[in-house]
Amino acid sequence: MSIVLEHVNHIYESGTAMEFPALTDINLVIPDGQFIGLIGHTGSGKSTLVQHLNGLLKPTGGKIYYNGSDINADGYNKKELRSKVGLVFQYPEHQLFEIDVFTDVCFGPRNLGLDKKEVELRAYAALKQVGLSDEYFYQSPFDLSGGQKRRVAIAGVLAMKPEVLILDEPTAGLDPKGRDEILDQIAKLREETGMTVILVSHSMEDVAKYVDRIIVMNKSRVLYDDEPKKVFSHYKELEAVGLAAPQITYIMQALKEKGLPVDTEITSVAEARTAILNALADKSRSR
Amino acid sequence: MIRDITLGQYYQTDSVIHRLDPRVKLVTTLAFIISLFIVDNAAGYIIAGLFLAVVIKLSNVPVKFMMRGMKSIAFLLVIAVVFNLFLTQGEVVFSIWKLQITKEGIRLAIMMAVRLVFLIMGSSVMTLTTTPNNLTDGLEKILNPLKAIKVPVHEISMMMSIALRFIPILLEETDKIMKAQIARGADFESGNLLKKVKSMVPLLVPLFISAFRRANDLATAMEARCYRGGEHRTKMKPLIYSKRDFMAYGTVCVYLALCVGIGRMLF
Ligand SMILES: Nc1ncnc2c1ncn2[C@@H]1O[C@H](COP(=O)(O)OP(=O)(O)OP(=O)(O)O)[C@@H](O)[C@H]1O
Ligand SMILES: [Mg+2]
Repeated sequence: MSIVLEHVNHIYESGTAMEFPALTDINLVIPDGQFIGLIGHTGSGKSTLVQHLNGLLKPTGGKIYYNGSDINADGYNKKELRSKVGLVFQYPEHQLFEIDVFTDVCFGPRNLGLDKKEVELRAYAALKQVGLSDEYFYQSPFDLSGGQKRRVAIAGVLAMKPEVLILDEPTAGLDPKGRDEILDQIAKLREETGMTVILVSHSMEDVAKYVDRIIVMNKSRVLYDDEPKKVFSHYKELEAVGLAAPQITYIMQALKEKGLPVDTEITSVAEARTAILNALADKSRSR
Repeated sequence: MIRDITLGQYYQTDSVIHRLDPRVKLVTTLAFIISLFIVDNAAGYIIAGLFLAVVIKLSNVPVKFMMRGMKSIAFLLVIAVVFNLFLTQGEVVFSIWKLQITKEGIRLAIMMAVRLVFLIMGSSVMTLTTTPNNLTDGLEKILNPLKAIKVPVHEISMMMSIALRFIPILLEETDKIMKAQIARGADFESGNLLKKVKSMVPLLVPLFISAFRRANDLATAMEARCYRGGEHRTKMKPLIYSKRDFMAYGTVCVYLALCVGIGRMLF
Protein backbone atom coordinates (compact mmCIF):
# COMPACT_ATOMS: atom_id res chain seq x y z
CA MET A 1 0.00 0.00 0.00
CA SER A 2 1.93 2.99 -1.20
CA ILE A 3 2.52 5.52 -3.94
CA VAL A 4 5.44 4.92 -6.27
CA LEU A 5 6.74 7.36 -8.85
CA GLU A 6 9.11 6.12 -11.52
CA HIS A 7 11.02 8.57 -13.72
CA VAL A 8 8.12 11.00 -13.78
CA ASN A 9 8.48 13.98 -16.10
CA HIS A 10 6.08 16.80 -16.79
CA ILE A 11 6.55 19.43 -19.46
CA TYR A 12 4.00 22.26 -19.69
CA GLU A 13 3.06 23.67 -23.09
CA SER A 14 5.13 21.04 -24.79
CA GLY A 15 6.03 21.93 -28.38
CA THR A 16 5.55 25.69 -28.07
CA ALA A 17 7.89 28.55 -27.31
CA MET A 18 6.57 28.53 -23.72
CA GLU A 19 7.68 24.94 -23.17
CA PHE A 20 8.58 24.51 -19.52
CA PRO A 21 9.84 21.40 -17.74
CA ALA A 22 8.08 21.45 -14.36
CA LEU A 23 9.13 17.94 -13.28
CA THR A 24 12.27 16.13 -14.32
CA ASP A 25 12.95 12.48 -13.53
CA ILE A 26 11.12 12.22 -10.21
CA ASN A 27 11.56 8.91 -8.40
CA LEU A 28 9.81 8.52 -5.07
CA VAL A 29 8.31 5.87 -2.86
CA ILE A 30 5.69 7.07 -0.40
CA PRO A 31 4.85 4.30 2.08
CA ASP A 32 1.67 4.23 4.14
CA GLY A 33 1.38 6.35 7.22
CA GLN A 34 4.36 8.59 6.63
CA PHE A 35 4.21 12.32 7.38
CA ILE A 36 6.11 14.02 4.59
CA GLY A 37 7.10 17.63 4.03
CA LEU A 38 7.49 18.68 0.40
CA ILE A 39 9.59 21.80 0.32
CA GLY A 40 10.79 23.98 -2.53
CA HIS A 41 11.21 27.50 -3.75
CA THR A 42 8.39 29.20 -5.69
CA GLY A 43 8.05 27.57 -9.10
CA SER A 44 10.08 24.48 -8.21
CA GLY A 45 7.22 22.18 -9.23
CA LYS A 46 5.61 21.22 -5.90
CA SER A 47 2.03 21.87 -6.96
CA THR A 48 2.65 20.15 -10.28
CA LEU A 49 3.99 17.09 -8.47
CA VAL A 50 1.08 16.71 -6.06
CA GLN A 51 -1.46 17.06 -8.86
CA HIS A 52 0.08 13.96 -10.39
CA LEU A 53 -0.54 11.89 -7.29
CA ASN A 54 -4.33 11.91 -7.68
CA GLY A 55 -4.30 11.80 -11.45
CA LEU A 56 -5.30 15.41 -12.14
CA LEU A 57 -2.24 15.82 -14.31
CA LYS A 58 -0.84 13.11 -16.54
CA PRO A 59 2.93 12.78 -16.59
CA THR A 60 4.49 13.48 -19.97
CA GLY A 61 6.88 10.65 -19.15
CA GLY A 62 7.23 7.96 -16.50
CA LYS A 63 4.76 5.98 -14.39
CA ILE A 64 2.86 6.46 -11.16
CA TYR A 65 1.56 3.52 -9.15
CA TYR A 66 -0.99 3.58 -6.35
CA ASN A 67 -1.10 0.35 -4.38
CA GLY A 68 0.65 -1.38 -7.22
CA SER A 69 -1.56 -0.32 -10.14
CA ASP A 70 -0.62 2.22 -12.78
CA ILE A 71 -3.01 5.13 -12.28
CA ASN A 72 -2.71 6.33 -15.86
CA ALA A 73 -3.49 2.96 -17.40
CA ASP A 74 -6.67 2.73 -19.49
CA GLY A 75 -9.72 1.89 -17.43
CA TYR A 76 -8.20 2.81 -14.09
CA ASN A 77 -10.88 4.25 -11.85
CA LYS A 78 -9.67 7.82 -11.33
CA LYS A 79 -12.74 8.80 -9.35
CA GLU A 80 -12.00 6.19 -6.75
CA LEU A 81 -8.36 7.24 -6.72
CA ARG A 82 -9.40 10.81 -5.94
CA SER A 83 -11.43 9.67 -2.98
CA LYS A 84 -8.39 7.74 -1.70
CA VAL A 85 -5.82 10.45 -2.38
CA GLY A 86 -7.35 13.68 -1.09
CA LEU A 87 -5.80 16.86 -2.40
CA VAL A 88 -6.37 20.24 -0.80
CA PHE A 89 -5.34 22.94 -3.24
CA GLN A 90 -3.34 26.08 -2.65
CA TYR A 91 -5.85 28.75 -1.50
CA PRO A 92 -8.61 26.13 -1.19
CA GLU A 93 -11.09 28.76 0.01
CA HIS A 94 -11.50 29.69 -3.66
CA GLN A 95 -13.36 26.45 -4.28
CA LEU A 96 -16.21 27.06 -1.81
CA PHE A 97 -19.59 27.57 -3.44
CA GLU A 98 -22.51 26.26 -1.40
CA ILE A 99 -25.03 28.28 0.55
CA ASP A 100 -23.67 27.15 3.89
CA VAL A 101 -20.56 25.60 5.35
CA PHE A 102 -22.12 22.24 6.13
CA THR A 103 -23.57 21.72 2.63
CA ASP A 104 -20.25 22.63 1.10
CA VAL A 105 -18.42 19.99 3.10
CA CYS A 106 -21.09 17.47 2.03
CA PHE A 107 -20.16 18.01 -1.63
CA GLY A 108 -17.21 15.58 -1.61
CA PRO A 109 -18.84 12.59 0.12
CA ARG A 110 -22.07 13.14 -1.86
CA ASN A 111 -20.06 12.78 -5.07
CA LEU A 112 -18.92 9.39 -3.80
CA GLY A 113 -22.54 8.26 -4.01
CA LEU A 114 -23.01 7.66 -0.27
CA ASP A 115 -26.44 7.91 1.30
CA LYS A 116 -27.56 11.15 2.90
CA LYS A 117 -27.06 10.02 6.47
CA GLU A 118 -23.52 8.82 5.91
CA VAL A 119 -22.70 12.01 3.99
CA GLU A 120 -23.88 14.18 6.87
CA LEU A 121 -22.11 12.09 9.48
CA ARG A 122 -18.87 12.40 7.59
CA ALA A 123 -19.28 16.14 7.05
CA TYR A 124 -19.97 16.65 10.73
CA ALA A 125 -16.96 14.58 11.76
CA ALA A 126 -14.70 16.36 9.27
CA LEU A 127 -15.73 19.81 10.48
CA LYS A 128 -15.04 18.70 14.04
CA GLN A 129 -11.66 17.32 12.99
CA VAL A 130 -10.54 20.69 11.63
CA GLY A 131 -11.72 22.36 14.83
CA LEU A 132 -14.59 24.45 13.50
CA SER A 133 -17.27 25.01 16.09
CA ASP A 134 -20.97 24.36 15.49
CA GLU A 135 -21.97 28.01 15.37
CA TYR A 136 -20.43 28.38 11.91
CA PHE A 137 -22.01 25.30 10.33
CA TYR A 138 -24.99 27.09 8.85
CA GLN A 139 -23.30 30.33 7.90
CA SER A 140 -22.41 31.23 4.34
CA PRO A 141 -18.81 30.14 3.70
CA PHE A 142 -18.14 33.57 2.23
CA ASP A 143 -18.77 35.30 5.55
CA LEU A 144 -15.96 33.45 7.33
CA SER A 145 -12.43 34.67 7.96
CA GLY A 146 -9.57 33.44 5.78
CA GLY A 147 -8.42 30.85 8.30
CA GLN A 148 -11.93 29.54 8.86
CA LYS A 149 -12.56 29.25 5.13
CA ARG A 150 -9.38 27.26 4.82
CA ARG A 151 -10.58 24.87 7.54
CA VAL A 152 -13.88 24.39 5.76
CA ALA A 153 -12.04 23.59 2.53
CA ILE A 154 -9.80 21.08 4.29
CA ALA A 155 -12.84 19.50 5.90
CA GLY A 156 -14.38 19.24 2.42
CA VAL A 157 -11.58 16.86 1.45
CA LEU A 158 -11.36 15.08 4.81
CA ALA A 159 -15.05 14.19 4.57
CA MET A 160 -14.15 11.89 1.69
CA LYS A 161 -12.06 9.87 4.18
CA PRO A 162 -8.90 9.73 2.07
CA GLU A 163 -6.08 7.31 2.84
CA VAL A 164 -3.57 9.91 1.74
CA LEU A 165 -4.05 13.58 2.51
CA ILE A 166 -2.09 16.11 0.48
CA LEU A 167 -2.16 19.75 1.52
CA ASP A 168 -0.71 22.32 -0.86
CA GLU A 169 0.58 25.19 1.27
CA PRO A 170 -2.22 25.01 3.81
CA THR A 171 -0.76 27.90 5.77
CA ALA A 172 -0.13 30.40 2.95
CA GLY A 173 -1.40 33.82 3.92
CA LEU A 174 -2.33 32.92 7.51
CA ASP A 175 -1.07 34.66 10.64
CA PRO A 176 1.35 32.74 12.92
CA LYS A 177 -1.43 31.69 15.27
CA GLY A 178 -3.69 30.46 12.48
CA ARG A 179 -0.74 28.67 10.94
CA ASP A 180 0.20 26.83 14.14
CA GLU A 181 -3.41 25.90 14.82
CA ILE A 182 -3.90 24.38 11.40
CA LEU A 183 -0.60 22.50 11.48
CA ASP A 184 -1.27 21.19 15.01
CA GLN A 185 -4.69 20.02 13.92
CA ILE A 186 -3.23 18.19 10.93
CA ALA A 187 -0.63 16.51 13.13
CA LYS A 188 -3.32 15.47 15.60
CA LEU A 189 -5.52 14.16 12.83
CA ARG A 190 -2.69 12.10 11.47
CA GLU A 191 -2.03 10.60 14.88
CA GLU A 192 -5.67 9.65 15.27
CA THR A 193 -6.24 8.19 11.81
CA GLY A 194 -2.75 7.04 10.80
CA MET A 195 -3.24 8.37 7.29
CA THR A 196 -0.36 9.37 5.05
CA VAL A 197 0.07 13.14 5.00
CA ILE A 198 2.03 15.18 2.48
CA LEU A 199 2.47 18.78 3.48
CA VAL A 200 3.64 21.20 0.79
CA SER A 201 5.37 24.30 2.05
CA HIS A 202 8.26 26.58 1.33
CA SER A 203 9.19 27.01 4.92
CA MET A 204 11.33 24.37 6.65
CA GLU A 205 10.53 26.04 9.94
CA ASP A 206 6.83 25.22 9.51
CA VAL A 207 7.21 21.54 8.83
CA ALA A 208 10.38 20.64 10.80
CA LYS A 209 8.42 20.08 13.99
CA TYR A 210 5.93 17.61 12.50
CA VAL A 211 7.25 15.52 9.62
CA ASP A 212 9.26 12.25 9.49
CA ARG A 213 10.69 12.95 6.08
CA ILE A 214 11.48 15.98 3.95
CA ILE A 215 11.59 16.05 0.18
CA VAL A 216 13.32 19.16 -1.15
CA MET A 217 12.59 20.21 -4.72
CA ASN A 218 14.66 22.56 -6.77
CA LYS A 219 14.12 23.54 -10.40
CA SER A 220 11.83 20.61 -11.23
CA ARG A 221 14.07 17.99 -9.57
CA VAL A 222 14.27 16.30 -6.18
CA LEU A 223 17.33 17.72 -4.44
CA TYR A 224 17.15 15.97 -1.05
CA ASP A 225 14.91 13.24 0.28
CA ASP A 226 15.72 12.32 3.86
CA GLU A 227 14.95 12.71 7.55
CA PRO A 228 14.59 16.35 8.57
CA LYS A 229 17.81 16.52 10.57
CA LYS A 230 19.82 15.03 7.70
CA VAL A 231 18.30 17.52 5.28
CA PHE A 232 19.03 20.43 7.59
CA SER A 233 22.68 19.48 7.79
CA HIS A 234 22.87 20.67 4.17
CA TYR A 235 21.87 24.13 5.31
CA LYS A 236 24.52 25.82 3.19
CA GLU A 237 23.30 24.12 0.00
CA LEU A 238 19.71 24.85 0.94
CA GLU A 239 20.53 28.53 1.14
CA ALA A 240 22.04 28.39 -2.31
CA VAL A 241 18.66 27.31 -3.72
CA GLY A 242 16.70 30.00 -1.91
CA LEU A 243 15.57 27.94 1.09
CA ALA A 244 16.73 27.99 4.68
CA ALA A 245 17.05 25.49 7.49
CA PRO A 246 15.22 26.36 10.71
CA GLN A 247 16.91 29.15 12.66
CA ILE A 248 17.72 26.76 15.46
CA THR A 249 20.01 24.81 13.08
CA TYR A 250 22.04 27.94 12.50
CA ILE A 251 22.37 28.60 16.21
CA MET A 252 23.57 25.06 16.88
CA GLN A 253 26.06 25.21 14.03
CA ALA A 254 27.40 28.52 15.34
CA LEU A 255 27.75 27.10 18.85
CA LYS A 256 29.66 24.13 17.50
CA GLU A 257 31.99 26.40 15.55
CA LYS A 258 32.65 28.37 18.72
CA GLY A 259 33.76 25.18 20.43
CA LEU A 260 30.68 23.92 22.30
CA PRO A 261 30.35 20.23 21.35
CA VAL A 262 26.58 20.22 20.78
CA ASP A 263 24.64 17.78 18.67
CA THR A 264 23.70 19.77 15.53
CA GLU A 265 21.21 17.23 14.25
CA ILE A 266 18.18 18.62 16.00
CA THR A 267 14.95 19.98 14.60
CA SER A 268 13.16 21.81 17.36
CA VAL A 269 13.80 24.41 20.04
CA ALA A 270 13.00 21.90 22.78
CA GLU A 271 15.59 19.43 21.45
CA ALA A 272 18.10 22.24 21.13
CA ARG A 273 17.58 23.19 24.77
CA THR A 274 18.37 19.66 25.98
CA ALA A 275 21.33 19.39 23.62
CA ILE A 276 22.84 22.67 24.83
CA LEU A 277 22.26 21.83 28.51
CA ASN A 278 23.86 18.40 28.01
CA ALA A 279 26.83 19.90 26.24
CA LEU A 280 27.30 22.49 29.00
CA ALA A 281 27.02 19.81 31.70
CA ASP A 282 29.60 17.63 29.93
CA LYS A 283 31.89 20.60 29.63
CA SER A 284 31.74 21.59 33.29
CA ARG A 285 32.17 17.95 34.36
CA SER A 286 35.27 17.46 32.25
CA ARG A 287 36.76 20.67 33.57
CA MET B 1 -8.38 21.14 -21.62
CA ILE B 2 -9.70 24.63 -21.04
CA ARG B 3 -6.37 26.11 -22.10
CA ASP B 4 -6.99 25.00 -25.65
CA ILE B 5 -8.97 28.16 -26.26
CA THR B 6 -6.40 30.38 -27.93
CA LEU B 7 -8.68 33.27 -28.80
CA GLY B 8 -7.32 36.49 -27.33
CA GLN B 9 -4.08 34.87 -26.29
CA TYR B 10 -0.68 36.29 -27.07
CA TYR B 11 2.09 34.00 -28.27
CA GLN B 12 5.43 35.31 -27.09
CA THR B 13 8.11 35.12 -29.75
CA ASP B 14 9.86 37.39 -32.21
CA SER B 15 8.87 37.81 -35.86
CA VAL B 16 8.22 40.41 -38.54
CA ILE B 17 4.52 40.14 -37.84
CA HIS B 18 5.04 40.66 -34.11
CA ARG B 19 6.99 43.84 -34.82
CA LEU B 20 4.39 45.40 -37.14
CA ASP B 21 2.45 48.41 -35.91
CA PRO B 22 -0.82 47.20 -34.33
CA ARG B 23 -2.77 49.58 -36.61
CA VAL B 24 -1.41 47.73 -39.63
CA LYS B 25 -2.48 44.42 -38.14
CA LEU B 26 -5.96 45.69 -37.31
CA VAL B 27 -6.48 47.11 -40.80
CA THR B 28 -5.06 43.98 -42.41
CA THR B 29 -7.31 41.73 -40.37
CA LEU B 30 -10.32 43.82 -41.33
CA ALA B 31 -9.26 43.78 -44.98
CA PHE B 32 -8.81 40.01 -44.80
CA ILE B 33 -12.26 39.50 -43.33
CA ILE B 34 -13.80 41.72 -46.00
CA SER B 35 -11.89 39.87 -48.69
CA LEU B 36 -13.41 36.59 -47.50
CA PHE B 37 -16.84 37.98 -48.27
CA ILE B 38 -15.81 39.50 -51.60
CA VAL B 39 -14.44 36.38 -53.20
CA ASP B 40 -16.86 33.75 -54.44
CA ASN B 41 -14.87 31.27 -56.43
CA ALA B 42 -12.21 28.68 -55.72
CA ALA B 43 -9.35 30.76 -57.10
CA GLY B 44 -10.23 33.56 -54.70
CA TYR B 45 -10.16 31.22 -51.71
CA ILE B 46 -6.83 29.85 -52.84
CA ILE B 47 -5.42 33.38 -52.88
CA ALA B 48 -6.82 34.06 -49.42
CA GLY B 49 -5.43 30.75 -48.18
CA LEU B 50 -2.00 31.51 -49.58
CA PHE B 51 -2.01 34.97 -48.03
CA LEU B 52 -2.98 33.50 -44.64
CA ALA B 53 -0.37 30.72 -44.93
CA VAL B 54 2.41 33.20 -45.69
CA VAL B 55 1.43 35.42 -42.77
CA ILE B 56 1.27 32.45 -40.39
CA LYS B 57 4.65 31.26 -41.61
CA LEU B 58 6.14 34.73 -41.07
CA SER B 59 4.62 34.98 -37.60
CA ASN B 60 6.67 32.06 -36.21
CA VAL B 61 3.60 30.80 -34.33
CA PRO B 62 3.54 27.00 -34.59
CA VAL B 63 0.63 25.77 -36.70
CA LYS B 64 -0.10 23.23 -33.97
CA PHE B 65 -0.74 26.07 -31.57
CA MET B 66 -3.08 27.79 -34.02
CA MET B 67 -4.97 24.57 -34.57
CA ARG B 68 -5.71 24.23 -30.87
CA GLY B 69 -7.90 27.30 -31.22
CA MET B 70 -9.91 25.59 -33.94
CA LYS B 71 -11.08 22.86 -31.60
CA SER B 72 -13.22 25.32 -29.70
CA ILE B 73 -15.15 26.30 -32.83
CA ALA B 74 -15.49 22.78 -34.19
CA PHE B 75 -19.09 22.61 -32.93
CA LEU B 76 -20.04 25.88 -34.64
CA LEU B 77 -18.40 24.66 -37.80
CA VAL B 78 -20.38 21.43 -37.82
CA ILE B 79 -23.66 23.29 -37.33
CA ALA B 80 -22.89 25.74 -40.13
CA VAL B 81 -21.98 22.95 -42.51
CA VAL B 82 -24.99 20.77 -41.66
CA PHE B 83 -27.50 23.60 -42.00
CA ASN B 84 -26.12 24.76 -45.32
CA LEU B 85 -25.88 21.24 -46.62
CA PHE B 86 -29.48 20.29 -45.94
CA LEU B 87 -31.44 23.51 -46.06
CA THR B 88 -30.30 24.95 -49.38
CA GLN B 89 -32.77 24.72 -52.25
CA GLY B 90 -31.60 23.72 -55.70
CA GLU B 91 -30.57 20.88 -57.94
CA VAL B 92 -30.80 17.65 -55.91
CA VAL B 93 -27.70 15.48 -55.92
CA PHE B 94 -29.00 12.76 -53.65
CA SER B 95 -31.48 12.44 -50.80
CA ILE B 96 -31.60 10.51 -47.54
CA TRP B 97 -35.10 9.96 -46.19
CA LYS B 98 -36.67 13.47 -46.22
CA LEU B 99 -33.39 15.33 -46.36
CA GLN B 100 -32.09 16.51 -49.67
CA ILE B 101 -28.57 17.43 -50.49
CA THR B 102 -28.28 19.87 -53.34
CA LYS B 103 -25.40 20.99 -55.49
CA GLU B 104 -25.84 24.53 -54.21
CA GLY B 105 -25.92 23.17 -50.66
CA ILE B 106 -22.57 21.44 -51.02
CA ARG B 107 -21.06 24.57 -52.52
CA LEU B 108 -22.41 26.77 -49.75
CA ALA B 109 -21.37 24.36 -47.02
CA ILE B 110 -17.80 24.21 -48.28
CA MET B 111 -17.70 27.98 -48.65
CA MET B 112 -19.05 28.53 -45.14
CA ALA B 113 -16.56 26.11 -43.62
CA VAL B 114 -13.60 27.67 -45.42
CA ARG B 115 -14.76 31.17 -44.54
CA LEU B 116 -15.23 30.32 -40.90
CA VAL B 117 -11.87 28.60 -40.57
CA PHE B 118 -10.06 31.44 -42.35
CA LEU B 119 -11.92 34.02 -40.30
CA ILE B 120 -10.94 32.48 -36.99
CA MET B 121 -7.38 31.81 -38.09
CA GLY B 122 -6.99 35.31 -39.51
CA SER B 123 -8.13 36.97 -36.31
CA SER B 124 -6.11 34.52 -34.19
CA VAL B 125 -2.97 35.55 -36.02
CA MET B 126 -3.64 39.12 -34.98
CA THR B 127 -4.25 38.35 -31.30
CA LEU B 128 -1.44 35.82 -31.14
CA THR B 129 1.12 38.29 -32.45
CA THR B 130 -0.07 41.45 -30.69
CA THR B 131 -0.15 42.05 -26.96
CA PRO B 132 -3.59 43.18 -25.78
CA ASN B 133 -2.13 46.51 -24.74
CA ASN B 134 -0.66 47.11 -28.14
CA LEU B 135 -3.87 46.09 -29.80
CA THR B 136 -6.02 48.53 -27.90
CA ASP B 137 -3.43 51.28 -28.35
CA GLY B 138 -3.75 50.74 -32.07
CA LEU B 139 -7.53 50.72 -31.89
CA GLU B 140 -7.57 53.90 -29.88
CA LYS B 141 -5.36 55.65 -32.40
CA ILE B 142 -7.42 54.48 -35.37
CA LEU B 143 -10.68 55.55 -33.77
CA ASN B 144 -9.25 58.84 -32.54
CA PRO B 145 -11.13 60.98 -35.11
CA LEU B 146 -14.39 59.81 -33.53
CA LYS B 147 -13.57 61.84 -30.44
CA ALA B 148 -14.77 64.84 -32.41
CA ILE B 149 -18.31 63.47 -32.27
CA LYS B 150 -17.99 62.74 -28.51
CA VAL B 151 -17.34 59.00 -28.73
CA PRO B 152 -15.40 57.98 -25.57
CA VAL B 153 -12.67 56.32 -27.58
CA HIS B 154 -10.15 56.06 -24.78
CA GLU B 155 -12.64 54.53 -22.35
CA ILE B 156 -13.81 52.01 -24.91
CA SER B 157 -10.30 50.89 -25.72
CA MET B 158 -9.40 50.73 -22.04
CA MET B 159 -12.39 48.49 -21.38
CA MET B 160 -11.40 46.31 -24.29
CA SER B 161 -7.85 46.00 -23.13
CA ILE B 162 -8.97 45.00 -19.64
CA ALA B 163 -11.45 42.49 -21.03
CA LEU B 164 -8.78 40.94 -23.24
CA ARG B 165 -6.30 40.85 -20.39
CA PHE B 166 -8.83 39.02 -18.24
CA ILE B 167 -9.48 36.20 -20.70
CA PRO B 168 -6.32 34.20 -19.94
CA ILE B 169 -6.56 35.00 -16.24
CA LEU B 170 -10.10 33.70 -16.02
CA LEU B 171 -9.23 30.65 -18.09
CA GLU B 172 -6.43 29.84 -15.70
CA GLU B 173 -8.75 30.37 -12.76
CA THR B 174 -11.37 28.12 -14.35
CA ASP B 175 -8.76 25.43 -14.80
CA LYS B 176 -7.72 25.69 -11.17
CA ILE B 177 -11.25 25.63 -9.73
CA MET B 178 -12.22 22.77 -12.02
CA LYS B 179 -9.27 20.74 -10.79
CA ALA B 180 -10.06 21.54 -7.18
CA GLN B 181 -13.65 20.35 -7.62
CA ILE B 182 -12.59 17.25 -9.55
CA ALA B 183 -10.33 16.47 -6.60
CA ARG B 184 -13.50 16.55 -4.51
CA GLY B 185 -15.13 14.03 -6.81
CA ALA B 186 -17.00 16.45 -9.08
CA ASP B 187 -17.78 15.17 -12.56
CA PHE B 188 -18.01 17.69 -15.38
CA GLU B 189 -18.21 15.28 -18.27
CA SER B 190 -20.74 12.51 -17.89
CA GLY B 191 -24.51 12.68 -17.49
CA ASN B 192 -27.29 14.27 -19.50
CA LEU B 193 -27.61 17.97 -20.31
CA LEU B 194 -29.48 18.87 -17.13
CA LYS B 195 -26.94 17.09 -14.99
CA LYS B 196 -24.10 18.77 -16.84
CA VAL B 197 -25.61 22.22 -16.32
CA LYS B 198 -26.09 21.44 -12.64
CA SER B 199 -22.51 20.27 -12.32
CA MET B 200 -21.39 23.71 -13.49
CA VAL B 201 -22.56 25.38 -10.29
CA PRO B 202 -19.49 24.40 -8.25
CA LEU B 203 -17.40 25.90 -11.04
CA LEU B 204 -19.34 29.05 -11.83
CA VAL B 205 -19.99 30.33 -8.32
CA PRO B 206 -16.31 30.47 -7.31
CA LEU B 207 -15.42 31.79 -10.76
CA PHE B 208 -17.82 34.73 -10.55
CA ILE B 209 -16.74 35.53 -7.03
CA SER B 210 -13.14 35.56 -8.11
CA ALA B 211 -13.90 37.67 -11.19
CA PHE B 212 -15.67 40.29 -9.08
CA ARG B 213 -12.88 40.29 -6.56
CA ARG B 214 -10.31 40.80 -9.29
CA ALA B 215 -12.31 43.55 -10.95
CA ASN B 216 -12.63 45.30 -7.63
CA ASP B 217 -8.92 45.01 -6.91
CA LEU B 218 -8.07 46.32 -10.34
CA ALA B 219 -10.34 49.33 -9.95
CA THR B 220 -8.75 50.14 -6.61
CA ALA B 221 -5.25 49.73 -8.02
CA MET B 222 -6.05 52.01 -10.94
CA GLU B 223 -7.52 54.68 -8.72
CA ALA B 224 -4.58 54.44 -6.36
CA ARG B 225 -2.40 55.37 -9.33
CA CYS B 226 -4.56 58.38 -10.11
CA TYR B 227 -6.17 57.01 -13.25
CA ARG B 228 -8.89 59.43 -14.37
CA GLY B 229 -9.65 58.38 -17.93
CA GLY B 230 -8.39 59.78 -21.21
CA GLU B 231 -8.08 63.51 -20.50
CA HIS B 232 -4.50 64.81 -20.76
CA ARG B 233 -3.06 61.32 -20.91
CA THR B 234 0.15 60.82 -22.84
CA LYS B 235 1.73 57.61 -24.01
CA MET B 236 5.07 56.22 -22.92
CA LYS B 237 5.53 54.50 -26.26
CA PRO B 238 3.59 56.45 -28.91
CA LEU B 239 2.81 54.49 -32.07
CA ILE B 240 4.89 55.61 -35.05
CA TYR B 241 4.80 54.03 -38.50
CA SER B 242 8.06 52.69 -39.92
CA LYS B 243 9.03 51.65 -43.43
CA ARG B 244 8.03 48.06 -42.66
CA ASP B 245 4.48 49.16 -41.93
CA PHE B 246 4.07 51.02 -45.23
CA MET B 247 5.33 47.96 -47.07
CA ALA B 248 2.74 45.88 -45.26
CA TYR B 249 -0.01 48.30 -46.28
CA GLY B 250 1.20 48.03 -49.88
CA THR B 251 1.03 44.24 -49.74
CA VAL B 252 -2.49 44.35 -48.37
CA CYS B 253 -3.59 46.64 -51.21
CA VAL B 254 -2.14 44.24 -53.77
CA TYR B 255 -3.88 41.35 -52.02
CA LEU B 256 -7.25 43.10 -52.06
CA ALA B 257 -6.84 43.97 -55.72
CA LEU B 258 -6.09 40.31 -56.49
CA CYS B 259 -9.14 39.20 -54.54
CA VAL B 260 -11.43 41.56 -56.41
CA GLY B 261 -9.78 40.85 -59.75
CA ILE B 262 -9.56 37.08 -59.64
CA GLY B 263 -11.85 35.98 -56.84
CA ARG B 264 -14.85 37.96 -58.02
CA MET B 265 -14.63 38.70 -61.75
CA LEU B 266 -13.10 35.58 -63.27
CA PHE B 267 -14.87 32.29 -63.36
N1 LIG C 1 -0.69 25.25 -16.33
C1 LIG C 1 0.57 25.65 -16.53
N2 LIG C 1 1.02 25.98 -17.75
C2 LIG C 1 2.30 26.36 -17.93
N3 LIG C 1 3.22 26.45 -16.97
C3 LIG C 1 2.83 26.14 -15.72
C4 LIG C 1 1.49 25.74 -15.43
N4 LIG C 1 1.40 25.49 -14.10
C5 LIG C 1 2.62 25.75 -13.59
N5 LIG C 1 3.49 26.13 -14.55
C6 LIG C 1 4.91 26.44 -14.37
O1 LIG C 1 5.55 25.31 -13.80
C7 LIG C 1 6.44 25.70 -12.77
C8 LIG C 1 6.14 24.95 -11.51
O2 LIG C 1 4.89 25.35 -11.03
P1 LIG C 1 4.28 24.85 -9.66
O3 LIG C 1 2.95 25.48 -9.52
O4 LIG C 1 4.35 23.37 -9.63
O5 LIG C 1 5.30 25.47 -8.62
P2 LIG C 1 5.26 25.45 -7.02
O6 LIG C 1 6.50 24.77 -6.59
O7 LIG C 1 3.97 24.91 -6.55
O8 LIG C 1 5.37 27.00 -6.68
P3 LIG C 1 4.63 27.86 -5.54
O9 LIG C 1 5.44 27.74 -4.31
O10 LIG C 1 4.68 29.25 -6.10
O11 LIG C 1 3.24 27.35 -5.42
C9 LIG C 1 6.31 27.21 -12.63
O12 LIG C 1 7.45 27.81 -13.19
C10 LIG C 1 5.08 27.58 -13.40
O13 LIG C 1 5.28 28.78 -14.09
MG1 LIG D 1 2.34 25.67 -5.59
